[in-house]
Amino acid sequence: MSAIHVDREVAIQFTNVCRYFGEVKAVDHISLQVYDGEFFSMLGPSGSGKTTCLRLIAGFEMPTEGSIRLYGAEVSRTPPYDRDVNTVFQDYALFPHMDVGENIAYGLMVRKVPKKERETRVNEMLELVRLPGLARRKPSQLSGGQRQRVALARALVNHPRVLLLDEPLGALDLKLRQEMQIELKSIQEQIGITFVFVTHDQEEALTMSDRVAVFNHGKIEQVGSPAEIYEQPATSFVAGFVGTSNILSGGLAQQLTGSPDLFSIRPEKIRMSPEDEENRSLSSADFCMVAGTIRDVIYLGVTTRYLVEVDGGGDLTVVQQNLDPVPGDVVGARGNRVALSWPRSANRRLIAQEKSR
Amino acid sequence: MRSKTQSPNERRTPLTLKAAAAMGLLFLHFPLAIIILYAFTTEEASFRFPPPGLTTEWVGVLFSRSDFWNAFGLSLQVAVVATLMALVLGTLTAAAIYRSAFFGREAVSLLVLLPIALPGIVTGIALRSAISLGDFSFGYWTIVVGHATFCIVTVYNNVVARLRRTAHSQIEASMDLGASTFQTFRYIVLPNIATALLAGGMLAFALSFDEVIVTTFTAGQQETLPIWIFSQLVRPRNRPVTNVAALFVIMVTFIPIILAHRMTSDTATH
Repeated sequence: MSAIHVDREVAIQFTNVCRYFGEVKAVDHISLQVYDGEFFSMLGPSGSGKTTCLRLIAGFEMPTEGSIRLYGAEVSRTPPYDRDVNTVFQDYALFPHMDVGENIAYGLMVRKVPKKERETRVNEMLELVRLPGLARRKPSQLSGGQRQRVALARALVNHPRVLLLDEPLGALDLKLRQEMQIELKSIQEQIGITFVFVTHDQEEALTMSDRVAVFNHGKIEQVGSPAEIYEQPATSFVAGFVGTSNILSGGLAQQLTGSPDLFSIRPEKIRMSPEDEENRSLSSADFCMVAGTIRDVIYLGVTTRYLVEVDGGGDLTVVQQNLDPVPGDVVGARGNRVALSWPRSANRRLIAQEKSR
Repeated sequence: MRSKTQSPNERRTPLTLKAAAAMGLLFLHFPLAIIILYAFTTEEASFRFPPPGLTTEWVGVLFSRSDFWNAFGLSLQVAVVATLMALVLGTLTAAAIYRSAFFGREAVSLLVLLPIALPGIVTGIALRSAISLGDFSFGYWTIVVGHATFCIVTVYNNVVARLRRTAHSQIEASMDLGASTFQTFRYIVLPNIATALLAGGMLAFALSFDEVIVTTFTAGQQETLPIWIFSQLVRPRNRPVTNVAALFVIMVTFIPIILAHRMTSDTATH
């Protein structure tokens, strides 16, 4: 998927960027490229440096070291108001003393765009975010979802080349959030500019992005398409943060894969069946196979999650889809003996990391 | 969200509490009522209750006296100029304290608040010594500067509280949308702190208008209205006139305070 970006223009280029706050290395030697027109997500737990990266692009922070380029131009020392970049803030940051129309027109007003043109463009934006006719409302009279749309319209009215979104969906409830995810994505496709989206929600990042950068402790662990990040996690952090993973090492890895390195196996890649004479420990060239005892069963609706204690020590989490319309699967009761099998290709060797901090 | 059930403090107040509140109010306002009443008495020199009769002639007597108008004019001028100075300096101080986190920030904040906590007599002596030392002549400007020291506090307090309630992301959003520092101040910061400025300014005005202690130390030959009233008390023949003047001071200071109070409580729930 990333191959299609090769001949695209680079929108944002970080070269060895650091941002320290005293002793804290919020951003620690990060290099990355975001391509023009891309929906790029920065994913990570809080304190991982993703928001600081966004603020570095916006110009609210200056890098301690390194260079930041926007469409080729060095901007590390350029103030926010001279950058062709706009931001949707986490708390929306709407101006409470202005109505919706004035909020959206603000960027045009300070740039002295004539009043007539301002009006047309505000209406265009209201149309785009599907809030026509609300121009005279005050922000305090809007719902959370509407405020979100106003913030989006206000940031887009200047026609920036890059839109930065700082966890904009965090305050919305689940259903609204899913709606907005789809809508954001479609707006991005419609106007075709670069979106940089900061989130701690891995599902959100996978759903919306062309590419995802996974942040941890001020560094990037992996950059790739959602499928690459999910199917081929590079480190144990990525394997654990994006979805859930069985991380194998040492003896268990040796027993199951034939190598003592660090491995990850996604729980849904493992097939579970009742144990019998034939399938007991019949590992082959293509499949890993192991027998074990079910220790825990968690019913999740679409799927059921099992914790299986493998013979010879160690636990594996297994997720099976609930295909049987009749409840009460006999295979899946606690204490049952089961055989687990998965293709060897599902074993994903991870880059060993020093235990950082 | 407002719940439909009554909150506990909407229950009926016990009678004893009501009586205590009434006593408190009486204690606070009885002397004021006396002043107001005896501003209209027909008796010239002594207090007698009840007043033998009521008249408004003292208002006319007061208004015809040029020394009153001079004192009133001076007080008004001093209060306005001191308030303006306080508005500028108080806002700048508040902005500096709010924006930056530097070593000793809390100490500076305390130093700004100190003039209002210190007894006026200390401020007065300090100012008098400083002014003599600097070889300035006592007069209009020394009064203004003296008043500004405590007027800054009310403005600073109001503005800093408002700034703390204002989301910093609004300022960032403004700059992000292309506004320069000046435009951000003009369109975002100023509207946000406008009512705080007005409220702080009105309190400052009221404080300055009836100030006596610091003024006695910083004034030269001039008489502000409160000092004029004070000097009139030694002449018992004019007592009702003094009361009328006091009533005048009450009105001039009370109205801004009421307005300031309304303005800050209106926006507190924003």
